[in-house]
Amino acid sequence: MTIRRRDFLTLAGAATLSGSLPRLARGADNGVYDLERFGNARILHITDTHAQLRPVFFREPSVNLGVGPMQGNPPHLVGRAFLDRFGIRPDSADAYAFTCLEFEKAASRFGKLGGFAHLKTLIDRMRSEAGSGRTLLLDGGDLWQGTGLANTMRGVDMVEAANLLGIEAMTGHWEFTYGEKALRANLERFKGEFLAQNVYLTEEAAFNDAKAFDPASGRVFKPSVIKEIGGHRVAVIGQAFPYVPIAHPKRFTPDWKFGIRDEELQKLVDTHRNTDKVDAVVLLSHNGMDVDLKLASRVTGIDVILGGHTHDAVPQPIAVTNTGGTTLVTNAGSNGKFLAVLDLEIGKGKVKDVRYRLLPVFSELLKPDPAMLALIDEIREPQAVALSEKVGVADRLLYRRGNFSGSMDQLICDALLGELNAEIALSPGFRWGTTVLAGQPLTMEDVMAQTAVTYPETYVQTMTGGQIKDVLEDICDNLFNTDPYYQQGGDMVRIGGLAYTCTPTETVGNRISELKLDNGRALEADKHYRVAGWASVNEQTGVPVWDVVARHLRSGKPPNRSPPGVTLKGVEGNPGIAGQA
Amino acid sequence: MNKIDVGFSATRRLILQGAGAVALIGLGNLPFGLTPALAAANDKYPEEAFKQKSDADVIKTLYGKTAEPSDKVKMDAPEIAENGAVVPISVSTSLADVTSVAFLVSENPNVLIAKYNIPAGTLPSVANRIKMAKTSNVTVLVEAGGKLYSASKEVKVTVGGCGG
Repeated sequence: MTIRRRDFLTLAGAATLSGSLPRLARGADNGVYDLERFGNARILHITDTHAQLRPVFFREPSVNLGVGPMQGNPPHLVGRAFLDRFGIRPDSADAYAFTCLEFEKAASRFGKLGGFAHLKTLIDRMRSEAGSGRTLLLDGGDLWQGTGLANTMRGVDMVEAANLLGIEAMTGHWEFTYGEKALRANLERFKGEFLAQNVYLTEEAAFNDAKAFDPASGRVFKPSVIKEIGGHRVAVIGQAFPYVPIAHPKRFTPDWKFGIRDEELQKLVDTHRNTDKVDAVVLLSHNGMDVDLKLASRVTGIDVILGGHTHDAVPQPIAVTNTGGTTLVTNAGSNGKFLAVLDLEIGKGKVKDVRYRLLPVFSELLKPDPAMLALIDEIREPQAVALSEKVGVADRLLYRRGNFSGSMDQLICDALLGELNAEIALSPGFRWGTTVLAGQPLTMEDVMAQTAVTYPETYVQTMTGGQIKDVLEDICDNLFNTDPYYQQGGDMVRIGGLAYTCTPTETVGNRISELKLDNGRALEADKHYRVAGWASVNEQTGVPVWDVVARHLRSGKPPNRSPPGVTLKGVEGNPGIAGQA
Repeated sequence: MNKIDVGFSATRRLILQGAGAVALIGLGNLPFGLTPALAAANDKYPEEAFKQKSDADVIKTLYGKTAEPSDKVKMDAPEIAENGAVVPISVSTSLADVTSVAFLVSENPNVLIAKYNIPAGTLPSVANRIKMAKTSNVTVLVEAGGKLYSASKEVKVTVGGCGG
């Protein structure tokens, strides 16, 4: 692949925020990572890296719809509307990193993004430029899950990488799906702090004296930490994903209850402000961006919410006004593609000004850190042969991210239908899962990057048409409820063998219509159908989905190229959609 | 020990009177000398109210007056239930002279979940776990000083989605 350094150097640059005035941080003459010095403290934030230790291709969505008050507002902008909103030049390196526009062409021009060795180089540079004692590195969670390696090692690989990277505090989401024992063992190894203000013991667990950071309140983990950076005291509060036992099997976290808990959060912020007299308060959040935006309007006293979960790469913070002042809300993308750099000018008891930049981690522009490279090779070595096994070739661009479907999920659904002899296939709408370019080999590592969960068992069950519609309605409401506190932050379940029409702006029970099987017949409410799927919240016993997909690919069956059967209604003119669903 | 004995027995009697509670976690601190108050509040089992199929019919049958939404009724309920079979809902209020608290789930087959008679001098704080068939509005009624107040919140019961 040709590296064209000039392509990078002439980019428009990510905009920054100073008060409410967006400005260009990087001029045409600057290097991509030459930042103007600002402030007395620098917070570096990564989130949702999903254990991608090595550089990846990751196509940002062409469908990321917002409805109700969220329509047309960040993060619900894609393609051209995204570029226009954030002042990014089309055909630039930034346009490639932040949007899906001309993805394949741009991918061959600008190459992969991320990789922990490359991240390490960039982070070290950002730290040394700010000066010692002036920086803090935070991770927003979904650090330990997303690859075959992390799945087999239950996240141990990522704890080692996190320690070498120098992560000082993190919160969690998929981390919880390894269960309490593995989680606690990993936290023993982790040199930073694991923070979560919103995880409590259940009444039964508290009664049985289950382990908790604070038995009096029932808080399972340390909620926050005060760090001194640049001579000022900054409180960092952790907010774990609020819906772990709902979005994932409850059996992984039987003793813990979650939730958004903004009243408890408010008390914690007030204590840090009034008792600890901190100079700044930062929320390290795995709520998802819409939830964070609502939370910022209700909870006062937070300077910045460093957000994740919804994998939205948003170049500028969104300023939210509440009764106590203004809170900035960010979201820093996924898969190691971005490093957020938050420069703060902190005074006594308050943040005076900030600059924020979401830097794409262009792997071809960064010299990988040798120590991290060596660590990755060492950790990966025992599984390198198995992961490198070629099981097929990408017949077209294969990606997952998008509200309704992705070509990678169509492939998974085809595998489920074919290998498990089902009429309908369901595949979860996860937002992680990397992209493979057309013609590239598909390895076991690629298959695992789409499927690496701790509940991968497939199932085949009989469902009535009515039940199938109810499931679709239910999941669709998790995505398009106009109140973000009722959303869970994933995408729509992917379907094979069945086409449907979706009207996101409708209410629950009324969004899904015109359900039709591949043979053209309408889905009947009382009729029974054979449905295959994986990643059920109920315990299943079938073959792991990665084996089903690998078997399908190895068999070399001709690819199914029929388009995804989702027709959208009522979203004409919505800037959260570009091209096909 | 004596104090605890009084608390237990009073709680037991409240449960027996309250009728229909799925699970009762706590009723705040019960002071001494409750016997007269308990006796006074000892209404008979509201059988008809438990049969009603709508919020309005329950309120009419149980209280015979309309409820007025109040921010002094503080309900704690999850936005999305972690388990529809045991949804923790609690209520406390700064209203004076509370005589009863009732829980309603609009979409359940029988709307009235529980009614607690609150003896004079008792902290008006009730926590219980309720069973919900599906996503529904949950309403708490507080009867205080002869008037009826309410607070409502939608609680979602979901088959589970998938995280990001």
